[in-house]
Amino acid sequence: MTIPLPEAPARVIATRPRLLEDRSTHYCPGCGHGVVHRLVAEVLDELGLGPRTIAVAAVGCAVFAYEYLHVDFLEAQHGRAPAVATGIRRVRPDAFVMTYQGDGDLAAIGTAEIVHAAARGERITTIFVNNGTYGMTGGQLAPTSLLGQRTTSTPLGRDARLNGYPLPITEMLALVPGTAYAARGSVGTPALIGKAKAMIRRACEAQTEDRGFGIVEILSNCPVGWGMTPVESIRHLAEVVDTYPLGVFVDRVGEC
Amino acid sequence: MTAAAPERVLMKGNEAIAEAAVQAGCDAYFGYPITPQAELLEWMARRMPEEGRAFVQAESEIGAISMALGAGATGARVMVSTSSPGFSLMAEGMSYMAGSEVPAVVVNVMRGGPGLGSIGPAQADYFQAVKGHGHGDYRVPVLAPSSIAEAMELVADAFELAERFRTPVILLADGILGQAMEPVVPAYRNPDRRDADWALSGADGRPPRVVRSLDLQAEALERHNDRLQAKYREIERVGARWAGEQLDDAEVVIVAYGIAARVARSAVAMARAGGLRAGLFRPVTLWPFPSAALAELASRTRAVLVVELSAGQLIEDVRLAIEGRSPVFGHGRTGGMVPSPSDLVEALRRAWAATEPVEERRGPGR
Repeated sequence: MTIPLPEAPARVIATRPRLLEDRSTHYCPGCGHGVVHRLVAEVLDELGLGPRTIAVAAVGCAVFAYEYLHVDFLEAQHGRAPAVATGIRRVRPDAFVMTYQGDGDLAAIGTAEIVHAAARGERITTIFVNNGTYGMTGGQLAPTSLLGQRTTSTPLGRDARLNGYPLPITEMLALVPGTAYAARGSVGTPALIGKAKAMIRRACEAQTEDRGFGIVEILSNCPVGWGMTPVESIRHLAEVVDTYPLGVFVDRVGEC
Repeated sequence: MTAAAPERVLMKGNEAIAEAAVQAGCDAYFGYPITPQAELLEWMARRMPEEGRAFVQAESEIGAISMALGAGATGARVMVSTSSPGFSLMAEGMSYMAGSEVPAVVVNVMRGGPGLGSIGPAQADYFQAVKGHGHGDYRVPVLAPSSIAEAMELVADAFELAERFRTPVILLADGILGQAMEPVVPAYRNPDRRDADWALSGADGRPPRVVRSLDLQAEALERHNDRLQAKYREIERVGARWAGEQLDDAEVVIVAYGIAARVARSAVAMARAGGLRAGLFRPVTLWPFPSAALAELASRTRAVLVVELSAGQLIEDVRLAIEGRSPVFGHGRTGGMVPSPSDLVEALRRAWAATEPVEERRGPGR
């Protein structure tokens, strides 16, 4: 049986972003990094930033982002991406400078660097993917892990008395005057993915409009680290928002 | 290009190093306050913005070296400076620079250690600087000035070396060189720029570039290491530098670098006034170490005395270079203490008394 060709040419409603390499990723099945990579590629494409982007890859699962995003990349030490990005930005004022960091990288070992990049109002944009665990090293406790969350280093679940509380670092960064845009989105549903893309765009504009530091935290899933199927892990994101509410915490991009 | 000011001026070491960097075309400086190098940071805080260049007082030495990694990866001419405890914090970043082949000049104005130590002059970071500093299998050229004028010259040389070989380069000074003032005739030099066809500038009309040190494929990472090692052999071949004083007829020779060599120079003069034919061998590069020249000298020297502001670090490289060609003695002070010339004359006399003339020596030294 042959399928008849449509009479009019098909209308393209979705395509691979130009800046996203056409190859399969090393990420685990169901991981949210692929979705976030796509959103970043779409926004950079739409804003025409690709040719002047210098991105900084952080240590963690997404250290290989340079394999998938078609822009210049520098690989930073664990946690230091905002300082590395600062160095780039200060000598390349025409560049668009972006860091792509996970929660272990940004909210544990890299707290000093992210806080002071924000405090300086550094004209850089940070994509902060929070999946509540150290995925690459085998699913250990992260500062962002939920209370009660079982990880390979909290086998009985995160106990506030022993392991402290989840760190709401994006809310903390929103308090800093140098932060022009801070928001938290999620890859939990198609609608939320659309909102997350709008947030990424705004965080990029904080830099292109010379307003200050921009950060988007994106709640993402780690099926392997969480011991869930991909579908279960996506559903679980609906509970993660009890600890990490979604929304825009500060937006000074429109201000003059 | 030179912008020479012919008249002699009195300059403080830290400030002289900073101005030499400005005149050498340094595009970006990153630092963090620590004694005894703080004046270097302060000088740059004023001068770099004046020249329309980048200056950031970082949140830590970790931040400073990371900023240098970022700026250096774009092909900019970059300097950071610190003192010993901050130098430890920079070890991680320097390892990444070595691995991803990003040039930068790192100034360490050494102070007494270990730990918080003192703020006095020391050479206690010799091993740390010379033996690689951070994790992984790499080497870093180390330039060791012994005067403020020489420090200014070596700043330009350090940038040139860093960019030629795509490597961090250490300028190793100490609390006295940083804090003292000396008359100098500034002879600035701005080394020619190299075409940085590897540097990050945005993938505009060309394929993206990636500057990184990670490679999870063992075979590929070994190939990368082989290439780095070949580069280090080339630096060893062309890069070893040293200076000698009164060596032609010397029976006993002091080996010392940096500020220790200044004391040694006075000791050599005192010893000669007292009838002991002494000389000075001063490594200017600590890596690559001027081993061949020192070995040749040792074969015709009665005794070698290693003088250092550390408990016995330089002496290990001296022994490795000399390989038993002559007896080696050590005189080290620590904690910010500096030996007097008369201390060293006494040590030279003891070394002379404990040894026999070269002609009567037995064994491989003959």
